[in-house]
Amino acid sequence: MDFGAINPAVLIASLMVASVPILLAAIGELVVEKAGVLNLGVEGMMIIGAICGFITAVGTGSPLLGFAGGAAGGAALSLIFAVLTQGLLANQVATGLALTMFGLGLSSMMGQGYNGIKPPLTSAVPFGPLSDIPVLGQILFSHDWVVYASVAIIALVGWVLRYSRVGLILRAVGENHEAAHALGYKVQRVRLGAILFGGAMAGLGGAYISLVRVPQWTDGITAGQGWIALAIVVFASWKPWRVLIGAYLFGGISVLQLNLQAAGSRIPVEYLSMSPYLITIVVLVIMSSGRATQNAPAALGQNFHASR
Amino acid sequence: MIRLEKRPTPSRFWQAATPVVAVLLTMIAGGAMFGLLGKNPIEVIRTIFWDPLFGEFAWYLRGQLLVKAGPLILIAVGLSLGFRAGIWNIGAEGQYIMGAIFGASVGLAVFPTENRLIYPVMVLAGAFGGWVWAMIPAILKTRLNTNEILVSLMLVYVAEKILSKAALGFLRNPEGAGFPGSRNFASYPAASNPELIAGTGMHWGVVAAFIVVIMAYVLLQKHLLGFQIKLAGQAPRAARFHGVQPTRLVVMCLGLSGALAGLAGVFEVTGPAGQITLDFNVGYGFTAIIVAFLGRLNPLGILLAGLLMALTYIGGEMASTNLGLPSAAIQAFQGMLLFFLLAVDVLANFRVRVFATTARGTN
Amino acid sequence: MLRRTLLATAALGLGIAFAGAASAQDKTKACFVYVGPIGDGGWTFQHDQGRLAVEAAYGDKVETAFQENVPEGADAERVMTQMALSGCDIIFTTSFGYMDQTNAVAAKFPDVKFEHATGYKRDSANVSTYNARFYEGRAVMGHIAGKMTKSGKIGYIGSFPIPEVIQGINASFIHAKKVNPAVTISVVWAYTWFDPAKEADAAKALIEQGVDVILQHTDSTAPLAEAAKTPGVIGFGQASDMAAYAPSPRVSSIIDNWAPYYVERVGAVLDGTWAQKDTWAGIGGGEVQIGAISDAVPVEVKAEAEAMAAAIGAGTYHPFTGPLNKQDGSVWLKDGEVANDGDLAGMGFYVEGIVGDIPK
Repeated sequence: MDFGAINPAVLIASLMVASVPILLAAIGELVVEKAGVLNLGVEGMMIIGAICGFITAVGTGSPLLGFAGGAAGGAALSLIFAVLTQGLLANQVATGLALTMFGLGLSSMMGQGYNGIKPPLTSAVPFGPLSDIPVLGQILFSHDWVVYASVAIIALVGWVLRYSRVGLILRAVGENHEAAHALGYKVQRVRLGAILFGGAMAGLGGAYISLVRVPQWTDGITAGQGWIALAIVVFASWKPWRVLIGAYLFGGISVLQLNLQAAGSRIPVEYLSMSPYLITIVVLVIMSSGRATQNAPAALGQNFHASR
Repeated sequence: MIRLEKRPTPSRFWQAATPVVAVLLTMIAGGAMFGLLGKNPIEVIRTIFWDPLFGEFAWYLRGQLLVKAGPLILIAVGLSLGFRAGIWNIGAEGQYIMGAIFGASVGLAVFPTENRLIYPVMVLAGAFGGWVWAMIPAILKTRLNTNEILVSLMLVYVAEKILSKAALGFLRNPEGAGFPGSRNFASYPAASNPELIAGTGMHWGVVAAFIVVIMAYVLLQKHLLGFQIKLAGQAPRAARFHGVQPTRLVVMCLGLSGALAGLAGVFEVTGPAGQITLDFNVGYGFTAIIVAFLGRLNPLGILLAGLLMALTYIGGEMASTNLGLPSAAIQAFQGMLLFFLLAVDVLANFRVRVFATTARGTN
Repeated sequence: MLRRTLLATAALGLGIAFAGAASAQDKTKACFVYVGPIGDGGWTFQHDQGRLAVEAAYGDKVETAFQENVPEGADAERVMTQMALSGCDIIFTTSFGYMDQTNAVAAKFPDVKFEHATGYKRDSANVSTYNARFYEGRAVMGHIAGKMTKSGKIGYIGSFPIPEVIQGINASFIHAKKVNPAVTISVVWAYTWFDPAKEADAAKALIEQGVDVILQHTDSTAPLAEAAKTPGVIGFGQASDMAAYAPSPRVSSIIDNWAPYYVERVGAVLDGTWAQKDTWAGIGGGEVQIGAISDAVPVEVKAEAEAMAAAIGAGTYHPFTGPLNKQDGSVWLKDGEVANDGDLAGMGFYVEGIVGDIPK
């Protein structure tokens, strides 16, 4: 094969950027699922984040406020999910799918009049001479702040889930809500917090698409990335650092297959375009084979109602 | 202080009444949205819910309801069996595509032979195609302990790539001047699935959907497998004591839902869609998941939920064309309807109690 | 009773039942079936601009209706039938995938005119087809690309390997090579009509391979935004002008302009002169517009490109004029020979000099 024409440093740098939306949405969903809630509405929350972020950034001229707006938009939409599933005990799977449908429609209505506009630019963090270091400079010191923030969020979530009291409560609620309730934890309130965090992260990921990756607004701009984020959580078997691996693997293969095409590879294009999905499956098979459990939170997808 | 109190058994009255309440609430909330968009809410609501059933062109649209609901019901019934047992096939869209490709390949391979056996063989091939595609997650799950959610979902995208390969390559119409897309089955009687009675929308896929609803109902009520499925979902540990083999159940449920999705695909490609194209799949496999839950995973409920979904699609489309509403507004409206349907379901399972005292220690 | 009558009517012959439905109204109604949302900023957006032009041109004499996001297949057939039933006089179906449905519905409504974009089937007398010669615009882009590239590498982001896209690749390569014999073209197939993030990645991959001119056959501005990040890389607007990225990286654009055709055809219905035809117009008919060439392009290159566009528009120059060989070296067009429309419409091969295979 002709990998020779592809510069690995550039490839890694671009996969880091390409993976940000999926990474953010997936780490948010991971927290939601760790709390025992399955929200399949990631795609809807992402696209609402994309349009809210875009409108805010264009309106204020500040990309930073734009990202804040995107996160707020995603969280606002997830509130509908929270009210329905936590307050009214509606089925989580169906509510999540309805959320995606609603979000796609709503985003398109909000976005009327925002076609063809260029949002304010999010520039790379100025690292000065660091970014001129060969190879390493390009991989580590050439990105905008969201790329670093996304990795920091993974680290933070990993730490919180593992070492903090909040994380412990969250996991308890997700593993056995009856027991957590008996211990005096407010199951629904914990889950509400997790859902809002998940919505905010999905919104942030969506805003990254409309403000940095593309950057413009068009209907359906997320083009299914929310679904991939859901798959990545499963891929990661609910472990934060594995979300990073999963998102970078998927993003990396997606970028690599385009690079191979551009470099004139002889591998047929249709197989290249299937490769991100197939390789993700194969890697998951290798990682999960032989393990007794899949590490899924035991109460995932089940609603909780305190009987007394 | 308002509290929800679980009913010992779901209320029969509210089970029947909640959909009506939900539709009424949606009419109010949706009407407000349409009013904000500058349309007459009553006119919009009438166009969506009334006109397709009883309006001027209802004689045509009623049949179209069946065309639209058929594949949704067929897929949703299959999915509901797995969902009951806690097996998450969310890749029905891929199985639907593969069913269409397998079925169409058989038919096009013998073109233009006319023989009565061709269509039944195509149908079997379609079911087989969906089954094969669902067997991949099934085997990976049972043998290698791989999560079926991820595998079935990823395989949707792989199926889409195979679909484009079919439309551009191995199934492309040799008389199509180089354009993508297969031959149209409407011009190949032995392999086509026309309306059985003109103007009714009834085609073999709709017939199959009705049969499958009945069969699933009987299966769940009378058959051992139905009992095992229900048990596995409600009490996995107890199920094992009752001799339920989890492996067998996974293979059965995924295989069945895959085969039904494949059937829906082959009926659609030979009938209403007519041909394999780049964009043959329109999301039935995903919408069917909603239909399955709206129908409370019950075959008869799924039948009604499928028809209701179809009504909002067709009525929404009419509102959009005739009243100039953006299709996004219709999509948001559908989302709202689902929200209300899911929300008021609480009334069937819970009693709302108002307490005067300050209750303690509840959520 | 009523129900039985209707069923009987339907069974007797749908054609009769249908034919009676669409008549008796004062205004002429023009209806449009769109494959995407108007907010896609590209393909559907431009068709809707055409619809608005019809409204502007005829004011009170016409009314228009449209339906967005119509999937190909059964849904398209239902939408067209509904439109015909509810009194549309002319229906524009704006995606290739609507071909069979358009013809099937047209057969049932002989009094309604149907206009199908980019197809070739006209089974009944009330179906016309229309398309735009986008390759004419691509030829002009190719000329600019050949003149502007410093690395000698041009990139092309394609959606699916269908004839229209292949025409564009060939046209731009032929004209780039004409002015820059050493030029090469790298094609990346996105295998999607719409995925802005993937388009951005494709552009990035091409730039990484040393490409400094990017042509795209996908509708989002993502490749231009990506090009903007690397100094010296240029691109072209696609479907709409994408002027937000001028003067650089967007140095020019190829604009789908359906307005003249829509205004003409609705006018023909109004004055009763509508007749079946197959239209494949390009720069000359105004369907393909070359967006303003920016100052990033040297004056003489701009003048040459404009002259070329004018010659194509006037019909004195055809972008596919021999001698041209196919990729395998066999002769396609002899010296001075011009490609016929049939060959072009079904184009499934690269011309000589392009490396790589067309996916099958």
